[in-house]
Amino acid sequence: MNIEELEQIAESVWLENDKFDQEINVCMGTGCLSQHSDQLKDALAKAVTASGKNAFVRRTGCMGLCAAGPLVLVDPDEILYQHVNASHAEAVVASLGAEPVKELQCDLREHFDQQVHVVLENSGHIDPERIDDYIARDGYLALVTALTEMKPQDVIKQITESGLRGRGGGGYPTGLKWGTVAKAGGDVKYVICNGDEGDPGAFMDRSVLESDPQRVLEGMAIAAYAVGASKGYVYVRAEYPLAVSRLTACLRDARRRGLLGNNICNTPFNFDVEIRLGAGAFVCGEETALIASIEGRRGMPKPRPPYPAVSGLWGRPTLINNVETFANIAPILRKGAKWFASQGTEKSKGTKVFALTGKITNTGLVEVPMGITLRKIIEGIGGGVPDGHKFKAVQTGGPSGGCIPEEHLDIEVSYESLIQAGSMMGSGGMIVMDDTSCMVNVARFFIEFCMTESCGKCIPCRAGTAQMYTLLTRICTGAGTMDDLNLLVDLCGTIKETSLCGLGQTAPNPVLSTLRYFKNEYIEHIMHKRCPAGVCNMKAALAAEHGLEVLA
Amino acid sequence: MPAFAPPPLPSDDKRWKIVNGTMRKNGFARHALIETLHTVQSSFGYLDDDAIRFVAQSLRVPLSQAYGVVTFYHYFSLKPPGKHTMTICTGTACYIKGTDKLVASAEEHLNIAHGQTTRDGKISLMTARCVGACGRAPVVLTDGELQGQMNGEQMLEQLERWAVE
Repeated sequence: MNIEELEQIAESVWLENDKFDQEINVCMGTGCLSQHSDQLKDALAKAVTASGKNAFVRRTGCMGLCAAGPLVLVDPDEILYQHVNASHAEAVVASLGAEPVKELQCDLREHFDQQVHVVLENSGHIDPERIDDYIARDGYLALVTALTEMKPQDVIKQITESGLRGRGGGGYPTGLKWGTVAKAGGDVKYVICNGDEGDPGAFMDRSVLESDPQRVLEGMAIAAYAVGASKGYVYVRAEYPLAVSRLTACLRDARRRGLLGNNICNTPFNFDVEIRLGAGAFVCGEETALIASIEGRRGMPKPRPPYPAVSGLWGRPTLINNVETFANIAPILRKGAKWFASQGTEKSKGTKVFALTGKITNTGLVEVPMGITLRKIIEGIGGGVPDGHKFKAVQTGGPSGGCIPEEHLDIEVSYESLIQAGSMMGSGGMIVMDDTSCMVNVARFFIEFCMTESCGKCIPCRAGTAQMYTLLTRICTGAGTMDDLNLLVDLCGTIKETSLCGLGQTAPNPVLSTLRYFKNEYIEHIMHKRCPAGVCNMKAALAAEHGLEVLA
Repeated sequence: MPAFAPPPLPSDDKRWKIVNGTMRKNGFARHALIETLHTVQSSFGYLDDDAIRFVAQSLRVPLSQAYGVVTFYHYFSLKPPGKHTMTICTGTACYIKGTDKLVASAEEHLNIAHGQTTRDGKISLMTARCVGACGRAPVVLTDGELQGQMNGEQMLEQLERWAVE
């Protein structure tokens, strides 16, 4: 494979597409598939044949607006239809080349116009299981260019200059990580793609893997070339069957096209990728635990150093990056480090994909430039809180993050500012809560999560989260005292300081951040046995106080 | 040292050949333990003692380590599932939209706790930590099929349908 061959493939795809007057793109991501968009696609194809129109029906990945699914996008007119089902197929096809179907049309300019799609540039536009579709949109151009025209250190230099930082949550500079692995000795090295998206309420990695899996493979291959690895693993959750099956198909196609395997592009570079399934352990998102899991053991973290970059999988230097990080690599090489660095803030460059969920009108997947305010995401792109309720907080960073209240909505989205606000970037879950959510109960929910997901290796996390859960349960049921609250704060500090890995070190964050902004709710629960949001059931405690018998 | 001979298949059930295939594909390497257990679970629905023992022996992994791995990961189950499985997602987005109430009402309806199977073996009630379809919260999986924007009545109707089957 060389650049001319890539161009030939691209051209044949464009020629093929040009034969049709219209393209009907049907979203077949998990959200829309659960509403039978596969049947819709068949119905549309049938209707096209019956009508004799010259249109092409294509299966695509996620279009982002999951709440309005199933979605259909008609190109080149860029007409987006929402809540389409098989019975609408004939009307949609009949409207081709004429007036759009008004009652199905989705006109959410504000939702789409403020987004910048880099990682998601192909999502919703290509068939994820057709490698040629990807190539037609400049896919694999970056890999072939890197292999034939760039030295490994030039690739690392580009990535370093772009300012890209790890999208899994920590925000470690990607170029620096690559450089460390490249410098590490030894002839056997590994590249691992972390797709163990355990963070509840987040589905960015899933969507990228389902909608544009080739982009992730290309990023991994470029990384392998840069650091000198010849074997890669994609670690995906077993809960994501569609992502696994699409990835499997893509691996086969990439091998067939000679973009994976031995002597890629007639160079001495060899690289192949294997899929490893997770088995439902949140802690496996931590890199040393993930490595243990690939080695077939219990996913328990190890103290660092040594870092995986020096001694990782089977003791070899190992590069681990998140799905979204790898998805950013090809565009950086294609368009240049300067282009990438021109977006975002001083220290957080590029764009970030967020899964916008909870009590918000436009739930779904969004990609925004770093530096945008939370308010713009929630009120502009997200369309605000529905049903006349009042916004209360937005939770970012999953169980490691925190809740940010209304008065801090104008902070810009960057790694540093979110930490300052008591939360963190995390992998990109953004859950909006309204006045019907009790913040003490939310904190308890996250602590329960950390308690059950703690691997049990170190005591502060194993025993500490269990104690925190007991204390929070007491407060939520009205049995808590101010001493309990003081003990809780004390425990937060201890667990944070003394836990072995990121799971324990960040487990107290949901409690600390809700205490920082919503302390009055804790006080209400303790002093007045009252849950301001009306979520917690305190009948038992109240009855006991008044000496009444509790009716079961 | 004599060459290692893998143990015989536990029975002539064809599914053991699928399990053996996964191990062979990985060259009977020890690190294929989790992959193999996935195959056992997808073929048999759960992992029983015979299966764990067979896999451990075939891969030359200590039985304690194999058992340790099975119990560490939530995805693996040591109990056979019911004829039907209702899995309720309890990820954050679903929780905010009230799946705790769905779990409570299903538990009351079936008279079991989550993670258990009804005594007649018909229905298992499970919870999941986020299935990644948060855009359609609250979400349940009925026999693995994703259903979004679920409410209590719809869920109980489904449970009723399964109960009278």
